[in-house]
Amino acid sequence: MKNSIVSLKDVSFQYDTQERYALNHVSFDIYEGEWLAIVGHNGSGKSTMAKLLNGLQFPQSGQIHVCGIELNEESIWDIRKKLGMVFQNPDNQFVGTTVQDDVAFGLENNGIPRDEMIQRVGDSLKKVKMEKFLYQEPHHLSGGQKQRVAIAGVLALRPSIIILDEATSMLDPRGREEVLETVRLLKEEKSLTVISITHDLEEAAKADRIIVMNKGEVFREGTPEEIFSMDEQLVQLGLDIPFSVKMTKAFRVQGIELAKQYLSEEELVKELWTSRSNM
Amino acid sequence: MMEKMIFGRYVPADSIIHKMDPRSKLLIIFLFVCVIFLANNALTYALIGIYTFLMLGLSRIPVRFLYGGLKPVIWLVLFTLVLQLFFTKEGTLLFELGPIKIYEEGVRQGIFISFRFFFLILMTSLLTLTTTPIEITDGIETLLHPLNKIRFPVHEMALMMSISLRFIPTLMQETDKIMKAQIARGVEFASGPFKERIKAVIPLLIPLFVSSFKRAEELAIAMEARGYRGGEGRTKYRELSWKNADSLQLGFLVILTILLILLRS
Repeated sequence: MKNSIVSLKDVSFQYDTQERYALNHVSFDIYEGEWLAIVGHNGSGKSTMAKLLNGLQFPQSGQIHVCGIELNEESIWDIRKKLGMVFQNPDNQFVGTTVQDDVAFGLENNGIPRDEMIQRVGDSLKKVKMEKFLYQEPHHLSGGQKQRVAIAGVLALRPSIIILDEATSMLDPRGREEVLETVRLLKEEKSLTVISITHDLEEAAKADRIIVMNKGEVFREGTPEEIFSMDEQLVQLGLDIPFSVKMTKAFRVQGIELAKQYLSEEELVKELWTSRSNM
Repeated sequence: MMEKMIFGRYVPADSIIHKMDPRSKLLIIFLFVCVIFLANNALTYALIGIYTFLMLGLSRIPVRFLYGGLKPVIWLVLFTLVLQLFFTKEGTLLFELGPIKIYEEGVRQGIFISFRFFFLILMTSLLTLTTTPIEITDGIETLLHPLNKIRFPVHEMALMMSISLRFIPTLMQETDKIMKAQIARGVEFASGPFKERIKAVIPLLIPLFVSSFKRAEELAIAMEARGYRGGEGRTKYRELSWKNADSLQLGFLVILTILLILLRS
């Protein structure tokens, strides 16, 4: 039932200037329509992964397939149409002088006729709720708004996969929520596959599946519940456990047994007030 | 400050001149700069004056904005006037005081050249006051398009210009941030002897340079990820449309040119 949309087979990659492998014999599959979070601390190889997936770098060994196409020098342009990327810094990926110009940039690159461009720019800005900002210049927008424009730019190209490369790490909590909510809605609507590369485990908690990277290798792979039950091990990898998981643990220390791991604050709060009122 | 210089120049208004195609405006300014040298007597200068003020009137730009553009160059105009007055030694002697001798031709030339300057500045400010920088960029790109044949990178140049325009406010914000950070560490930008103040710019410029290079690299990656591979096969989102008003305006300037040729002495 699960169709693999991206597959990595025995991929290794090394930067010229470094002795250590940034990625060391990595293999895994990403399935159609899932939200996959790739987590790991700095230097774990997670950002290198993003660069490999859309051909900004090529692996020294191993193979990468995206939508059934093998990634190589010739196929990168086709693959980049199918795989949209949102980067970390909201300012450094805003190419156009106004919101609409920026959304159109990707379309211009792919030689889409002008009439269709106008349509697609309007549509994708509506999807991210930025249609009122058509003529706005980037320095008048908040970080979250800029990231939503970046998502619109990606959407306009009608990709099947969106990669969020630390896309929320420079935003304030509100901007972060704004961006993640937008992606969530779009994923439902367009049955997109989302790959979110992050070191924020709160964000990863909302994914369908998590891959934990460490020292260029896949350390663990599983559902958020499975991953957060690793507990101390995660802390040793330099990752911070979500607040709700920490709380659950603290309750247990106090002798209050809760039914399961809670991955969001709402879930935990709900469990707490309902269980107390039962007594 | 810089932002005012570059962006504060454009004054939005609903006028015929604002709605003109940037290509026709650029062409008109270019022709005007050439044509103005045809004028050599009072009548022809008056014609150019009438034309300039007619254009200004059509643009509906408030006078204070025009004055803002003139202010920095007014000294230059006065300087050329004085230079002409004192150093042209033709015609009848009008005035003599010790070594200073002022001739009739000097007065004539001085006044004409100052007026020429004055009209040139007014017309070129009219371009920047009624046209957004990005429109100017688009205009230049299409006008220079034929240069592609001799392998002049027109598209790349236009893209460079538009990216620089887009990043000016971003870099301004960044400069402001770095400046505050350095002030917090005790750097003084506003006071102290001139030499010290020049030195104080170094801790401002270096971080700015470093971060600009980083930005450039990230931007290049983002552009590539969005499928950018040069001007080949690219379509354009912003479109320029040449309207009747543009042809009319150009025709207007041609008539002025003919009149100037006929009436010059």
